[in-house]
Amino acid sequence: MTRKAALVIGGGIAGIQASIDLANMGIQVYLVEKNPSIGGRMAQLDKTFPTNDCAMCILAPKMIECANHENIRLLTYSELDELTGDAGRFKAKITKKARFIEEDKCVGCGECAEKCPTKVNDDFNAGLGKRKAIYKFFPQAVPSTYVIDPDYCRTLNGKKCGVCEKICKAKAVNYEQKDEVLTIEIGAVILASGFDLYNVAPLTEYGWGKIKNVLTAMQFERMICASGPTGGHLKRPSDDKEPERLAFIQCVGSRDIRHKRYCSAVCCMHATKEAILAHEHCPGLSSTIFYMDMRAVGKGFQEYVQRAKDQYAVEYIRARPGRVTENEENQNPVIHYEDTVNREFRAEEFDMVILSQALVPAESNRSIAEKLNIGLDEFGFVSNPQGMANPFGTSRAGVFGCGFCQSPMDVPDSVVRASAAASKVAEVLASA
Amino acid sequence: MSVRTGVFICHCGTNIGGIVNVPEVVEYARTLPNVAFTEGNLYTCSEDGLSSIRKNIKEHDLNRVVVASCTPRTHEILFRQNCELAGLNKYLFEFVNLREHCSWVHMDAHDDATLKAKDLVRMGIAKVSLLTPQEDLSTDVIRACLIIGGGISGLSASLTLANQGYHVALIEKNDRLGGLLKDINRVFPSNEPSSHLLDPLINSSSKHQNIDVYLEAELTDVKGFIGDFTVTLSQDSKTKELKVGTIIVSTGAQELKPAGSFGYDRFDNVMTQLEFEQRFKSDFDGLNRVVMINCVGARMEERKYCGRFCCITGIKNAVLLKEANPGAEISILQRDIMACGKVFEDYYRTALEMGIRFIRYNVDRPPDITGSDNVADKVRVYHELMGRDIEIDVDAVLLTTPLIPGEDNQQLSRIMKIPVGNDGYFLEAHQKLRPVEFPSDGIFLAGCARYPTDISECISQGYAAATKAAIPMARGLVITDAFTCEVDPSRCSACGRCVEICPFGAIDWADWRDMKGETGSVAMVNPTECKGCGLCSSSCLSSAITLKGFTDEEILAMVNTV
Repeated sequence: MTRKAALVIGGGIAGIQASIDLANMGIQVYLVEKNPSIGGRMAQLDKTFPTNDCAMCILAPKMIECANHENIRLLTYSELDELTGDAGRFKAKITKKARFIEEDKCVGCGECAEKCPTKVNDDFNAGLGKRKAIYKFFPQAVPSTYVIDPDYCRTLNGKKCGVCEKICKAKAVNYEQKDEVLTIEIGAVILASGFDLYNVAPLTEYGWGKIKNVLTAMQFERMICASGPTGGHLKRPSDDKEPERLAFIQCVGSRDIRHKRYCSAVCCMHATKEAILAHEHCPGLSSTIFYMDMRAVGKGFQEYVQRAKDQYAVEYIRARPGRVTENEENQNPVIHYEDTVNREFRAEEFDMVILSQALVPAESNRSIAEKLNIGLDEFGFVSNPQGMANPFGTSRAGVFGCGFCQSPMDVPDSVVRASAAASKVAEVLASA
Repeated sequence: MSVRTGVFICHCGTNIGGIVNVPEVVEYARTLPNVAFTEGNLYTCSEDGLSSIRKNIKEHDLNRVVVASCTPRTHEILFRQNCELAGLNKYLFEFVNLREHCSWVHMDAHDDATLKAKDLVRMGIAKVSLLTPQEDLSTDVIRACLIIGGGISGLSASLTLANQGYHVALIEKNDRLGGLLKDINRVFPSNEPSSHLLDPLINSSSKHQNIDVYLEAELTDVKGFIGDFTVTLSQDSKTKELKVGTIIVSTGAQELKPAGSFGYDRFDNVMTQLEFEQRFKSDFDGLNRVVMINCVGARMEERKYCGRFCCITGIKNAVLLKEANPGAEISILQRDIMACGKVFEDYYRTALEMGIRFIRYNVDRPPDITGSDNVADKVRVYHELMGRDIEIDVDAVLLTTPLIPGEDNQQLSRIMKIPVGNDGYFLEAHQKLRPVEFPSDGIFLAGCARYPTDISECISQGYAAATKAAIPMARGLVITDAFTCEVDPSRCSACGRCVEICPFGAIDWADWRDMKGETGSVAMVNPTECKGCGLCSSSCLSSAITLKGFTDEEILAMVNTV
């Protein structure tokens, strides 16, 4: 028997949109997300180009719609184990990892995390801040259930603690909780596994990890976000001073045959946005963006770049900086580059340098692809043997891709692909 | 029946309870008029809190409920549904926000926050007494979709909807399907003939039992609303009426012809990329030296936007020329090469490896084309990296121009009450998250009608718009929240402010006969289209418009109690 049901893998904006659309079409959706909350990369963004909409303000209602929808079953902190069968009649096995918290009891009050003695680097804040071993993935997490990190929790590692269990009024902490395996029947699958951030440490010429005032674009994004590690205050890691001159280096790891030869598609606009926001935070601040081609191709993007120049003291210099050094007296990063317009070599000092790092397919894509039995390209993006005629296709019938796991794309393109993939699923379910 | 209000005040853990003295507010609420029951909850939204509401509605015979907690944005639906479960009309519920409106913004002033919480709760109780039961409005949806424009976007939308079992009326103003893509020889990045993509779509949609194709047809009128549109077409100077539940606008765009630029009108061998494709097809004899100039008519004062894929179109034609004639010298004069993503960057790299020259020009020192009679023979351009002018001999010059909005956009905008942006393209409901929707329900958008869009994206948007159209058709009915606006025709002065201001096109003119028997026009709100934003009611000079659930009496009761 075919069930009018679909599996969506990945709870970022693409997976969320695909799930809502499918559910609104009357299809039962299982949304599997490996993290403790849905939201994906968009949840990490402060604002979005070119409208400067607060990312969380437009994302949160969609997350909540997902959580409340009668046709959507959220499976967060879960992973796909296996997919068997064919289009129209798949069976999927999914592991719901132990949170060590009873989901139906936790009310998300946060008193446990306040008292937990163990501090851990916070990945959600791109490593800039700390969280506890019992934590909520981010303040607006959906579900708002806490989770215990088994790698760091003292009790789970045989040490004396048990503080969270004692403090929890809802009696939600359960150190004995085990992983749970579910088997579901679905007609089609949408993969929306999104992207990861390329590790820029091997690009030693730019000094990230060595020069304190060199950050990645995602670190800077968390810094300007009000819910981020600095409460939205812009400050230099070396001395907590407010910066006055920022530099952005584009294509760090992208369009580079030593690293990723493709263009990551969103960084030109992302850097422009961050420069605009930085100026809004500190009105005296100016930014210089070092770029190769200013790829402002979407609706309203050229106007956005023009506004950055006219109103937000953003200067664009076409150059591929060769290296970044540090002025040891004031910890200012110094960018060495060739000014191609005037054909001169220059060294210019800034208060902070932000690297627009390449974006790469999610690390988890490899194992998911294996379980789904679909092909990936050399970079790890979903390969599409069906070509242009079916931009959502994968090498397995009934399994579709959408969003950044297919190819670099921004939020609007990702939601378009997500909604589009929903129609593909509806076609499969209508004919099965 | 007397009003018996139950008031439930949430601690929200420490979010509210850590700042506002909740027990004090609970005791205070007990003393207010019409209050029959009060209670504080650690979390009103937890199953404990919700079941307590249901239990107390029954035990204390409550006929109004106030929850003072977080935000209606996330929790109103939950509490309304909970009231309904206990047999209480869900519109007899009032939400008071003690978190965003109080505790979170007064974290350092506990006593004042408690005072304000009492004010807010008192206001909610004053309002809830005046609320009246309401019913949701439900409208049936016709399972048919009108698709305007038979290019690649419209064809993609038509086929998927038809395959999902919906009826489609596909109208095309030209005498053939295929749109702009039909005029293009080969498509990037596969370089296959466009017919490989188009012909299967055209054939299947012409044969599909669920699709009616109307060629050389024009849309002349649209009436109605989501679920029940009546559209009028004119075809062969006859008019035809169709009933549909949803509409997709996929009317495409056209290539800019750059009159007056770069010798376009003067020289025969200066042409646009599309003209080149139509003129030479695949026989490129005599084209040994070709210069392309990018961003002609784009990224400038009069037309600020970037054409998104024109760079790739130029690269495609350069690659095809070079493949046919490896000795050809081809230079692309450009400002930035927009090869976003994976496939296009590789396509660009291939062109570089084939020996196609890319020369960056400065928009303040644009290229200059010279020639004799009507034949251009030289392009002179300032070469930024060399720091001097260079001259290139040419057999032809191709001007890379962007798409410009379709000429019918303004007219369609008027007929359908859908917005057009400053750039002349249709304006979507939200640039980031609702790219294929209009603000009005039931009307959707795909492809170059919205903005220049490459083929893969056109297909994607066609499918995406189809999904949006399929949703109400799959459900078969649209349910509208009861809190919508209503016009009192006896007070309407027919000034038209509300008709203009409504962002959803929900207000229209209607004939009305007053008590003396005189007839005239008055504004009328279609509740199915109304979103209850209240713009019309607050801007009505005659106080003729009421937003249900936010009537003047209800609002004033809140104000008067402060």
